[in-house]
Amino acid sequence: MALNKQSNVYTIIYIVVLVVAVGAALAFTSLSLKDRQVENANADKMRQILASAHITPEKGKVVDDYNKYITESFIVNSEGNRIDGEAFDVNVEAQSKTADEARRALPVYVCTLADGTSKYILPVYGAGLWGPIWGYVSLDSDGSTLFGAYFAHQGETPGLGAEIEKPAFSDQFEGLHMFKDGQFLPVAVVKKGQKPTGDEDYVDGISGGTITSKGVGSMLDNCLRPYESFLRTLSTETK
Amino acid sequence: MAEKINYKEVFFNPFSKNNPVVVQVLGICSVLAVTAKLEPALVMGLSVIAVLAFSNVIISLLRNTIPTNIRIIVQLVVVAGLVVIVDQLLKAYAYDVSKQLSVFIGLIITNCILMGRLEAFAMGNRPWPSFLDGVGNGCGYAIILVIVGFFRELLGSGTLFGCQVIPQWCYDHGYTNNGLMILPPMALIVVACIIWVHRSRNKDLQEQ
Repeated sequence: MALNKQSNVYTIIYIVVLVVAVGAALAFTSLSLKDRQVENANADKMRQILASAHITPEKGKVVDDYNKYITESFIVNSEGNRIDGEAFDVNVEAQSKTADEARRALPVYVCTLADGTSKYILPVYGAGLWGPIWGYVSLDSDGSTLFGAYFAHQGETPGLGAEIEKPAFSDQFEGLHMFKDGQFLPVAVVKKGQKPTGDEDYVDGISGGTITSKGVGSMLDNCLRPYESFLRTLSTETK
Repeated sequence: MAEKINYKEVFFNPFSKNNPVVVQVLGICSVLAVTAKLEPALVMGLSVIAVLAFSNVIISLLRNTIPTNIRIIVQLVVVAGLVVIVDQLLKAYAYDVSKQLSVFIGLIITNCILMGRLEAFAMGNRPWPSFLDGVGNGCGYAIILVIVGFFRELLGSGTLFGCQVIPQWCYDHGYTNNGLMILPPMALIVVACIIWVHRSRNKDLQEQ
C-alpha cells in the first residue's frame, strides 16, 4: 500500500514526531549546558556588582576578584536587622515588586577596597521604557555618600534610554548624599536644568530618554527606601 | 533533478557571483545590527554557516517525506531547533558575545537566506550538495559581515577584535574615531560600497 503523503493523518503524525524529536534534542542541550550557563550568568552578576565600586576585573578573573573584594554579604530586613539567607541568591526583581516593604529581603554586599575602606553595595531593580532596568549602587561606610553606581538595561533605545549604562550618566552619582539633615532622601533623576521638588540630591536625566530616566529615579526610590533603617544605623555607627 | 550538479559551482557561486548579501540582498537586517565590532560579526557568520549547513542537510534528508502543505512549517521547526541549540552553546561558551548578539541569534530563524536556501535548494537536492550549498552561502554571508565589521570597527573604534591598532600618535595629531561608523546607517553605506565595487568588477551583474 502506497503511503499517501498528502493525507491529514500522515501530516499530523509527521509533525508530531518531528516536534517531539526536536523538543527532545533541545531539552537535552539545555540540560547538559545548564551548569556552564548559570556559572556565566553568576560571573556576569559579580562583574556588575564590582563595577558599581569602580572595579573592572580582567577577563576570566571575575570570580577571583569578587571573592577578593567582596568580603561579606548578608541580607537585612526593612528594620535593618540581619536575616538568614545568601545575599547572592536573592531575586531582586521579585523583592522590588513586593509592595509591603517590611517583608522584603534586602541584600547587602560589603566591598573592601585595596586602601582598606569598606563600601556597601545595594542592588536595585525597576522598569525602563521597553523593559527592565537594574543596577548596583555603592555607598561609603557612612551610609549616606554615594561612591559609585552601575546601571544596565535589557532593551532601552540605543543612544537615548540606553545611555544609562554609560559612565557619563552613572558617574554623576558619585559623592551625592542620601541623608539630608537626618532625613532619608534617595537621589532623584530630573530633567536637565530642573530641580527636584524636595531637598534631595539629584542628577540630570538623559535628553530624549525621559521615561528611562524617570524609571531610574523611581527604581532608586523604590529599592533604596527599605534600606533606610540599615543605612541610618551605619551612619550613626561611624559618627 | 536529472541535471548534473557541479559541486564546485554549488560551493563557490555564493562567494561572489551569487552572493546572498551583495547580489541577492538578503539578510541585510543582521548585517546592520551585528557588525559594529569584528568579533560578534565573525561569531554571527559562523553561527549562520553552522545553522544553514545543518538545516540544509536535515531538510534534504527529509525532503521526500515532508508533506508539501506543511513544508514551510517543517523547515521552520528544524531551523528554530538548530538556532536555539546554537544560542544555548554561545551562552555556555561565549557569554559576552551572546550578550552582544542577543536577539540576533534568535533572528537567524527569520533570516531570509535560510528559508531561501531550504526552499530553493535543499528541498530538491541530495544531502551532500545541500551541505556544500549551505556552507557556501553561509560563507558568502560571513565574508560580507566580516568585511563590514572590519571597516566599522577600524574606523569607528580604532580597534580590531578589541585590540588597539591605530597608534596613539595618530590621536595626538588630531585623528579622532568616526562615531558615525558605529551607528547602523554606516553599515548600509559600507554594504552599498561593497556592492558598488563588486558590480563594477562583474559587468554581467549590472542591470540596465
